[in-house]
Amino acid sequence: MSTNPNSFRNQPDERGHFGAYGGRYVAETLMPLILELEREYRAAKADPAFQAEFDDLLEHYVGRPSPLYFAPRLTEELGGAQVWFKRDELNHTGAHKINNCIGQILLAMRMGKTRIIAETGAGQHGVATATVCARFGLPCVVYMGATDVARQAPNVFRMKLLGAEVVPVTAGAATLKDAMNEALRDWVANVHDTFYIIGTAAGPHPYPELVRDFQSVIGREAREQMLSRTGRLPDLLVAAIGGGSNAIGLFHPFLDDANVKMLGVEAAGHGLDKEHAASLAGGRPGILHGNKTYLLQDDDGQILEGHSISAGLDYPGIGPEHAWLKESGRVEYTSATDREALDAFQLLCRTEGIIPALEPSHAIAAVQQVAPTMDKDQIILANLCGRGDKDIFSVAEHLGVKL
Amino acid sequence: MTRLQSAFAKGQPALVCFVTGGDPTPDATPAILDALVEGGADVIELGMPFTDPMADGPAIQAANLRALAAGTTTADIFRIAASFRTRHPDVPLVLMGYANPMVTRGAQWFADECAKAGIDGVICVDIPPEEDAELGPFLRDAGISLIRLATPTTDAARLPAVLEGSSGFLYYVSVAGITGMQQAGLASIEAAVATLKAASDIPVAVGFGVRTPEQAGPIAKVADGVVVGSALIDLVASHGTDAAGPVRELTRALSQAVHESRKADA
Repeated sequence: MSTNPNSFRNQPDERGHFGAYGGRYVAETLMPLILELEREYRAAKADPAFQAEFDDLLEHYVGRPSPLYFAPRLTEELGGAQVWFKRDELNHTGAHKINNCIGQILLAMRMGKTRIIAETGAGQHGVATATVCARFGLPCVVYMGATDVARQAPNVFRMKLLGAEVVPVTAGAATLKDAMNEALRDWVANVHDTFYIIGTAAGPHPYPELVRDFQSVIGREAREQMLSRTGRLPDLLVAAIGGGSNAIGLFHPFLDDANVKMLGVEAAGHGLDKEHAASLAGGRPGILHGNKTYLLQDDDGQILEGHSISAGLDYPGIGPEHAWLKESGRVEYTSATDREALDAFQLLCRTEGIIPALEPSHAIAAVQQVAPTMDKDQIILANLCGRGDKDIFSVAEHLGVKL
Repeated sequence: MTRLQSAFAKGQPALVCFVTGGDPTPDATPAILDALVEGGADVIELGMPFTDPMADGPAIQAANLRALAAGTTTADIFRIAASFRTRHPDVPLVLMGYANPMVTRGAQWFADECAKAGIDGVICVDIPPEEDAELGPFLRDAGISLIRLATPTTDAARLPAVLEGSSGFLYYVSVAGITGMQQAGLASIEAAVATLKAASDIPVAVGFGVRTPEQAGPIAKVADGVVVGSALIDLVASHGTDAAGPVRELTRALSQAVHESRKADA
């Protein structure tokens, strides 16, 4: 960790606070466990053997480093800055989620835990968790809102093939936040043997920090690749944000490169004045799921449901480091609607022969807006954090095509 | 002596009863609270409904959703509390809930409203001692007890932090788990209460999974109080706006078992 007081990379503080955000807002039953996790994470971070095993699995099991790709036809179509992609959709399991799952399951085993639980929305984190559990032979329970179970059938089947038990959650609105509530209830009742693999850079400290650290492999690789390919750093980084793990993974290694601008793209759903999932644009600070951050909520602090065409962005909160980066002004945040994401999805298919997931389609939509306003010698680097195979059914439905 | 101190100084164990405010409707809650008092409850815990009650089992989750579906607001909860205080000047009333609805208009606002409504204490499930600055100082300044939870995972090293700044009573969560599910073994409860009482002067009330007079009595022998919630909530779920009668009946049976638990041996 940097000791430079002017660094943007030295958060959180020792109590897990990113400025006014983050923290450890959990029930007393979980508190000793969270403290133990933090101690164990510090020890693992300082242990070269842990790092070596993590790196080895990322290389030989996940397929890292992922390529850095210049997109010539998209660049030409947009007629402005050069557009490059970090190809994390080429990872094993098809998204960036696996990076974090590898890190956390190694931690779980280090702590002697013998049972893994996770929450999932679209199913990508559930699939990645089920994958690492199969790889290491640990039993896995994935909580998934009943609504999501119904609309993400292929991922439910994948998880089952991988040996996970998928528990449909009917409580509340039966979506991602309710799945997270249910996972927390399981954890509190099984603290002695269970490790909770949280899928995004949110939750109680130290989760936002450790998820960021595991995902930062994206930005570290991209920074090195860009320097070796072009001899310079990008002018702008762009990434989609639900909880914000792929974005923080790309951004964090660049935060102290003052000339690199950053843009996080939230899901504006049907529009910011209608149903959406843009916590920074349309929410305000509050406390949920163990951390203080921007939340979609009413005047009484009751949590509202997020909406996005992308089930992976459909969460009413955001990781606390993004809340802090927004307030500090280091990162700019914008949003893209369902419609704009769908258009960007098709644009990338057509121009580059890449079918992106709906999550990074939001980032591509923002690239579509901003690239034409930049010079041709400038560089945009966007995170292509997932592939779109899982989304073809919902895209077809939105385009009025019957499969 | 505060109302909470008096409740635990009657020379017998105290019965602490929890119901969710606004369940099934805000208008029905006052009669249910009255039924708890008439049935012999010594301390009333009024739940503030929340969309995401992470520490609660199915019964109280459903109660939260029923209350919110009935349109219950934070203003309703304070109205219910203030009217309770008028009808029952001596019965301690504690708000229990989750952090977000408590701090959303600012902790100072919340503490002021609690004081105005005559609330004696607050239990906030998801603000541990590590985040005390969020709410604790505001409550203490307003003369409201912050009632903390201790659990089977609270070890000797943490206990002083849990006790620091807490008052009224200590709520011992007897199982690592959610509300209304399994009950802990009596021996483990007895040992835990002894440890807590050795470290502190404030009364210890035991809850989570206590549903019947038969369970409550033996716990009352070893603790200063017994908390019952889900079993009462179940009656509200099945009887709706007519729940006051059955709630009074169960409370009476519970209070007899709790109040007389130590006499049985004498």
